[in-house]
Amino acid sequence: MRLLKDAFGRRVMGFVTLIPGLLVLLIVIGLFLKSKTILGVEPLSRLLFSSAWHPIKGQFGLLPFITGTVWVTVTALVLAVPVSILAAIYLSEYAPRWVREAAKPMVDLLAGLPSVVYGVWGVILVVPFVGNVLAPFAGVYSSGYSILAGGIVLAIMTFPTIIHVTLEVFSTVPQALRDASLSLGATKWETTRHVVLRKGAPGILAASVLGFSRAFGETMAVLMVVGNVPIVPRSLFDPGYPLPALIANNYGEMMSIPRYDAALMMAALVLMVIVLFFNVLARQILVRVERGVR
Amino acid sequence: MNGETPISIRNLSVYYGDLQVLRDVNLDIPARKITVIIGPSGCGKTTLLKSLNRLLDNAEGVRVRGQVVLDGENIYAPRTEVTRIRKKMGLLSQKPQVLPMSIYGNVAYGPSIHGLRSKKDLDQRVEHYLRVAGLWDEVKDRLREPASLLSVGQQQRLCLARGLAVEPEIILGDEPTSALDPQSSQNVERRLLELKQDYTVVVVTHILRQARRIADYLAFLYLGELVEHGPAADLFANPKDPRTRAYLTGEIS
Amino acid sequence: MNAAAIERIGQRKRTDLFFRVLATGSAAIVFVSLLLILGTILWKSVPALSLSMLTQTPKGGFYLGKEGGILNAIVGSLELAFGATVLALFLSLPLVLYLNNYKGPRSKTAVWTRFFLDVLWGVPSIVYGAFGFVVMLALGLRASLLAGMLTVALLEFPIMCRAIDEVMRLVPLELKEASASLGATRFETALKVMVRQSAPGILTGILLAFGRGIGDAASVLFTAGFTDRIPTSLADPAATLPLAIFFQLGTPFPEVQQRAYASAAVLTLIILIISLAGRAMSRKATRHVIK
Repeated sequence: MRLLKDAFGRRVMGFVTLIPGLLVLLIVIGLFLKSKTILGVEPLSRLLFSSAWHPIKGQFGLLPFITGTVWVTVTALVLAVPVSILAAIYLSEYAPRWVREAAKPMVDLLAGLPSVVYGVWGVILVVPFVGNVLAPFAGVYSSGYSILAGGIVLAIMTFPTIIHVTLEVFSTVPQALRDASLSLGATKWETTRHVVLRKGAPGILAASVLGFSRAFGETMAVLMVVGNVPIVPRSLFDPGYPLPALIANNYGEMMSIPRYDAALMMAALVLMVIVLFFNVLARQILVRVERGVR
Repeated sequence: MNGETPISIRNLSVYYGDLQVLRDVNLDIPARKITVIIGPSGCGKTTLLKSLNRLLDNAEGVRVRGQVVLDGENIYAPRTEVTRIRKKMGLLSQKPQVLPMSIYGNVAYGPSIHGLRSKKDLDQRVEHYLRVAGLWDEVKDRLREPASLLSVGQQQRLCLARGLAVEPEIILGDEPTSALDPQSSQNVERRLLELKQDYTVVVVTHILRQARRIADYLAFLYLGELVEHGPAADLFANPKDPRTRAYLTGEIS
Repeated sequence: MNAAAIERIGQRKRTDLFFRVLATGSAAIVFVSLLLILGTILWKSVPALSLSMLTQTPKGGFYLGKEGGILNAIVGSLELAFGATVLALFLSLPLVLYLNNYKGPRSKTAVWTRFFLDVLWGVPSIVYGAFGFVVMLALGLRASLLAGMLTVALLEFPIMCRAIDEVMRLVPLELKEASASLGATRFETALKVMVRQSAPGILTGILLAFGRGIGDAASVLFTAGFTDRIPTSLADPAATLPLAIFFQLGTPFPEVQQRAYASAAVLTLIILIISLAGRAMSRKATRHVIK
């Protein structure tokens, strides 16, 4: 009886283990099947690179949304990567232990806050800040609902991901190696720059890629502050319309317009493929890191 | 002995939290000799060595009382410039710690952060100290390769060259041969014996035979207390303290 | 020492100080952002926060600024996240046990499964939402509590797996061998030894996933629907807090927007409580862990 249970348990568990692979496959296939109706009518190049978005006329150019996504994500990373890495340097190299211990739950909390909460905060604080302070300062007009507002909110959401991974990478650098540099008379910063950062460079790169893929698909927080105008943005103060926001905003009405739903599924598929790509990339980097350590 | 003492340790006590690791240590280290600190593991040898160039600063919850006088200056005085103190001493650690750069980069790192910029001077400096460390012939054709590709024995000699390249007065060795095979150990020991012509050498070890081979001056540390110290020959021949005697005959280890 | 050398040391010390200040400043930015978010949300919510907000469902004209509360969304969110977490746990636990008890850490199955879990971890919740919607249509389901639960369970699944896997990997081999040498089958070892040894990690994983599930809006937008009533069966549509916040903020009425702030504060408090509870519970659960 016990052995029977063992064999049965083994089967069930073995089956469950197949789920992640199947699920990835199913998502890709499911989204592909749904977007097939539009792929059959419009060439892929026009879907991806046309900026004409007029669902009623049957024109579904995704370019404004793709550029919107890229702008917001890149803005977020330009803000988030240096700040996160420097903050991780402070926590790992300069901060006393009690600060480091106290900081960890706070970073976790920042990671755990729901994206709508970030969005609400963005609407209350970041949007007026961009519209009333930064835009006049730069000499342009902006309602505040802009790529920059989306980028700032998204940057703060990406902090914990990058800080967390970077801290882990730094903790694998042996103290004795830092001592070796310090004992040559190097200052703390020289040691950090030439030893800790150099040793951790691939890991930090992987952390940034991870942050990128996290920022890339974020929906609600960005949707709430970015303005959602389907044009190709020309400056940081312009509104944008990222892919996830497009999907979220139009689900209700899509059924009434032909091929609209297929276009949205296509947008989801594009997101999925890009996420897959960056995961493979991050993984390659991390595998190299592990080899380097050994 | 010409009476010169580059390092004088005065009433040095070190605490890790509530635990006292060194108890009121007093020791004068003679110039241009090899001073060996022996004692069983966990007796505070490494702590004593690290206190000499203030590497203990980085450890959490460590308190240091007393003085370490280097060239007439207490290195634990509040306004001391730590990087300058550390530049005067080269450190060899238990396991060789090569920096994540090329062989050349490892040796050039110290001089270049201290302001040596000219390519020619750096090249000269690197070659000179790789020769002193007895590594030049083995690596002269592969200076740009990552240092991590060297064997462990070569890595330790590279660390020696790197330490010497900042032109220190003192060489500190923290069980510098413990990760090496017998032949590489012998090689490193030979370097140290050569180097005492020009440098003051302080080595920590728990290998008694190594102490016999290289020590000019010997200090025995037991449970954080400096039990006995004196010229190596005297101490080996007739230890005064019963604990030293017990350690040297292998009764405690 | 000559003047040039002194100047050199001075310059290096200035560089060191500069970067020290820069790093400290960056850390300050991160933590000030966190405090700013919490502070702003709580402060803005004060005028609208009231007991009726928490204990009533929306009355007629609620979204025009009339009477009512968000009880429907609070209950809906809790039910939905609870159901999704239970579902996710039933998938995650066997999977992680299988990886760590039956397969070596370097086996092909383990490597590939972990890779796919990483991919799933990175899939945006809006994609889960879209996928859930596709499946829903294919199965002929309507937007309902059940469909929402299933979608959110998919979202939580990789998060939970990763959290549990991280601790189960650390269960020492000796412990498994000790159990096996007492004549226990692998299945019994898995259930009794592995689960108990990694109980704190499992708890952390559950709470982490629950927190993510209750806060996610994009995945339930099309799958759970929205209603002013408290759902009475799995086939009913269910309101969720994140969507309640989103919809209220989208209205042009300041009173309703105020309520969005208050709802955000409620959601934030739930997350805070979960995170604190997680800490306390995982500390308690470490009692049976052999170090």
